Amino acid sequence: MSSSAIVMMFVGIIVIWGGLAASIWNAVKVSKQK
Amino acid sequence: MKDREQWGTRAGFILAAVGSAVGLGNIWRFPYVAYENGGGAFFVPYLFALLTAGIPLLIMEFTMGHKYRGSAPLSYARLNKKAEWIGWWQVAIAFVISTYYSVIIAWAMAYTYFSISLQWGQDTGGFLMEHFLKRVDIVNGAAIGSAGSIVPGVVIPLILVWIITLGILFKGVKKGIEKANRIFIPTLLVMFIIIVIRSLTLEGAALGLETLFKPDWSKIASPGVWVAAYGQIFFSLSIAFAIMITFSSYLPKKSDINNNAFIAAFANSSVELLAGIGVFAALGFMATQSNVPIEEVATAGIGLAFVVFPEIINSFPGFNELFGVLFFGSLVFAGLSSLISIVETFIAAIQDKFKVSRTKSVIIGGGLSALVSILYATQGGLFFLDAVDYFINTFGVALSGLVSVITISWFLKRLKPLQDHANKTSDLRTGLWWRICLGILTPAVLGYMFVLNLINNLKDNYEGYPTSFLIYAGWGVVLATIVVGFILASLKWGAKDLEVPAHSEDLGDDE
Repeated sequence: MSSSAIVMMFVGIIVIWGGLAASIWNAVKVSKQK
Repeated sequence: MKDREQWGTRAGFILAAVGSAVGLGNIWRFPYVAYENGGGAFFVPYLFALLTAGIPLLIMEFTMGHKYRGSAPLSYARLNKKAEWIGWWQVAIAFVISTYYSVIIAWAMAYTYFSISLQWGQDTGGFLMEHFLKRVDIVNGAAIGSAGSIVPGVVIPLILVWIITLGILFKGVKKGIEKANRIFIPTLLVMFIIIVIRSLTLEGAALGLETLFKPDWSKIASPGVWVAAYGQIFFSLSIAFAIMITFSSYLPKKSDINNNAFIAAFANSSVELLAGIGVFAALGFMATQSNVPIEEVATAGIGLAFVVFPEIINSFPGFNELFGVLFFGSLVFAGLSSLISIVETFIAAIQDKFKVSRTKSVIIGGGLSALVSILYATQGGLFFLDAVDYFINTFGVALSGLVSVITISWFLKRLKPLQDHANKTSDLRTGLWWRICLGILTPAVLGYMFVLNLINNLKDNYEGYPTSFLIYAGWGVVLATIVVGFILASLKWGAKDLEVPAHSEDLGDDE
């Protein structure tokens, strides 16, 4: 695989799966505070 | 006012929303759209569309359902009586989609069974068209538009699909939909992760990933790529055909609408990305085995799932049958969770408007959809399915999304009250960007998409089908959903039906 393809794959994974993880983490954090 | 059913837990609602959004399109549409529109570079317009249209629209629909606590027609009627027809139009679109979507799940179910003995043989295309679907033009030499006879191999799994779907819906929101999604979604994920891991270890997987992720930055400047990104986000998230409004109407009073929308949208995209990796790794394997360029095997839709994937499964180095069952089984689970949500839209609408029990509503609404679905289980069903699917998505879902967002933001000017409601119940607050996205950006992109598609379809017949066929199986179906919308909206509600629920007034923002 070319380096540009590897970079884009990781960018996609980090942004999308990271976005999911961050929004779940926020929900858990808020529910614990209440 | 009778208490409305509610989700048992927040996770139950999110799983149901994700189950609805994650459907066949995530598996067979996203990978090809991404590959065709710049590969890795497609992430830029895709993420932009997710943040400027997908999530804002999800928040809008979640807020409408939560604030007005009704099915789509009731929520729109409570927003403004003159807007009720939009709710019925969206419900009619959902009804049409349910009639053919169930048939595709039936195919996947049949193929799960065929996987046990790799019954499709070496000529997978011939098996699908001649032996399985018994296509009317190939087997009978009949013209497109003739139905031919019912195909038992499709009808039998179709009956099973409807028994499962309606059985779950009979049980209600908490004991039916929520419980089913708690089983379906984790099962689907486990099955899919196994397929992806195996695909990544096949020879040629790197070639597939290279093809999918290699960025072609020159394509970013093309408006077509941005339209494709908005289209993918729009069609993938189950927005604009009543589902998310209906589901959020079962949310309890205290619900974090905005964060729920972020979780559902990112979960949907996460599955799409996973599917992209799995599908292209498998396509890379197939291209390497057949010694052909990957461009020759890369495809989407029915061709990818029922022609190319059986070929890939044939060439697997081991456990071919198991991977066939896993792949088609995951299509069944992804499809069923979406079909349940689609059918729930008209079950809830019938219940709200005609004051009938859930059981009666499931029998009437689900039964009618099941009956109509038999049309697609005939020898000519594939052509009807293809035309109806294309037209109802391109000119039904997209146009209803455009009309709803313009009506709410421009004519009724209700974006601010809806935003206030969502922000008061949510930890994560939206600002001016939300109103700009829905008031300007989304209508502009959806409007452009609509005009572009209209011009293309007026110039050339879709797939070269005869005009007479497209008039009744394409344009006619789209028009019928609008007419049904107006007719059902003209029927009167009960005296107190349109009162805004007390908890929404407590939040004090309904003008």
